[in-house]
Amino acid sequence: MSTILTVNHLTKKFGYLTAVKDLSFTIEKGNVYGILGPNGSGKSTTLGIVLNVVNKTSGEFSWFNGQSSTHEALKKVGAIIERPNFYPYMTALQNLKLVCKIKDVPETKIEEKLELVGLLDRKNSKFKTYSLGMKQRLAIASALLNDPEILILDEPTNGLDPQGIHQIREIIKTIAAKGTTILLASHLLDEVEKVCTHVVILRKGEKLYSGRVDSLQASFGFFELKSDDLEKLTSYLKNNQHFGNIKQENGLVTAILTSELDAQTLNKLLFDNGIIASHLVKRKESLEEQFLALTKNANA
Amino acid sequence: MIRLLHIEFIKLWNNRASKVLIISYFALLTSIALVAAIKFDIGPIKFHLADQGIFNFPYIWHFNTFITAFFKLFLAIVIVSMMSNEYSNKTIKQNLIDGLSKKEFIFSKFLTVVSFSLVSTIFVFIVSLILGLIYSDFNEISIILTDLEFLLAFFIKLTGFFSFCLFLGVLVKRSAFALGFLILWQVFEGIFRGIIRWKFFDSETTDVIMGFFPLQSMFNLIKEPFSRLGAVQSVANQMGEQLALDYYIHWYEIVIVLAWIAIFVYGSLAILKRRDL
Repeated sequence: MSTILTVNHLTKKFGYLTAVKDLSFTIEKGNVYGILGPNGSGKSTTLGIVLNVVNKTSGEFSWFNGQSSTHEALKKVGAIIERPNFYPYMTALQNLKLVCKIKDVPETKIEEKLELVGLLDRKNSKFKTYSLGMKQRLAIASALLNDPEILILDEPTNGLDPQGIHQIREIIKTIAAKGTTILLASHLLDEVEKVCTHVVILRKGEKLYSGRVDSLQASFGFFELKSDDLEKLTSYLKNNQHFGNIKQENGLVTAILTSELDAQTLNKLLFDNGIIASHLVKRKESLEEQFLALTKNANA
Repeated sequence: MIRLLHIEFIKLWNNRASKVLIISYFALLTSIALVAAIKFDIGPIKFHLADQGIFNFPYIWHFNTFITAFFKLFLAIVIVSMMSNEYSNKTIKQNLIDGLSKKEFIFSKFLTVVSFSLVSTIFVFIVSLILGLIYSDFNEISIILTDLEFLLAFFIKLTGFFSFCLFLGVLVKRSAFALGFLILWQVFEGIFRGIIRWKFFDSETTDVIMGFFPLQSMFNLIKEPFSRLGAVQSVANQMGEQLALDYYIHWYEIVIVLAWIAIFVYGSLAILKRRDL
């Protein structure tokens, strides 16, 4: 697997404020990455540094194993940060032609990419007449013009209406399905959960976690159970070595697993012990719960 | 290089305001030909400006480059706004993300500046040549080709001035403020001259010192041509005055302006490199 981006001990200070603190991670080809973190956690600053618009204070980063200079490497990258920036007095087509010139790629892909984001029929309208959602979609089309090795999106759905958010997500999924590496910065967890395979979690410029989404917490998940005889259920669960913490809330028992156990086996075990479950669900913690747990731990 | 120029061309030519300013600038350059039409014919007083010798070779090179250089203010607006628009639209950020290096960015702007100056110089050359061929009293090739260094000076003067505008655009980021700063700087040079002349030096030393300032050094490249006119000279002679002025372009004046160009271009690059966008 080839490395696309390596970040080593990157630090950025704005005066007394440290926006990014000793950050290291690598981006491998073919994965969909999410950079997670609350507002002001250094996501955009990190992306700004690797994209050559913010100067780093210390540390280093290299694109494609350092084989080419940053600006040459950026021609193979598609990136949108914060809000779409185009020349307002030029049409979509003229703007994209300009991007082609900068990226040194032929103009043949313009129509195809406009089609992908659904703007083909508005290609001759000036950029300033576009709605925010259309601007954002044009930005995605522009970032895809060179068929990039990696697509970097910083808060792509920020400020959009639900329909716009949905459109952008569909586009991202389409692109991800084609095998393009994606780096998605967001504070919207469900967004990341829906599309990403790997996450880097930041808080106040420090890395809390980086790795696969599903191994974010080495947990075995938990069961949600209901039964007519709650007492019998809880006492059985407490004596079972598979379970750790048992909680009871509004007639719903939540039992955290400490080792692997599938739902079928538990159901059978309960039945054999004379407990009939009226509700039995095995679940994994959502990214949101894991994220909150992680940032809370870091607080303590 | 062609790629960078093409990028700038797309940006400028699609902007209506820039297009109008560029076209009117070149229209104004051409309009100097209209001076030829100035003709008073009031009874006994017959005055035809073209007959006064302003279109004689080689004087025409001096006269036209001096006059047309005033129109450079039009292009200055274009250049300042092309730089500051990149900031206000944040397109400079997008350009860099798309894979333009900071060096290429400044270089593409500088190339535009040089192209503007070059095209203006060629334009002035052609207009002057045509006017001269029509009105000049002397049409020998050797005379026509005399004093062509005024065109070189014109080119360097424009490049210097536009580089200054470029630098201000990068520094100030807002076109209106950058133009204001330009005017402020002109005033500053004037006040500074007044102060050192008044308190410290004699007139000659003051001129030497002021020759190192950006705007004054650019102005020094082409000196005023009026006192060189036959009519003015003869009036002066009648008054018993000898006008012995030095019209020629000196190598050190060119070097000073070239140094300023280098300072402005590298200064712009240094600012851009240091700044977080």
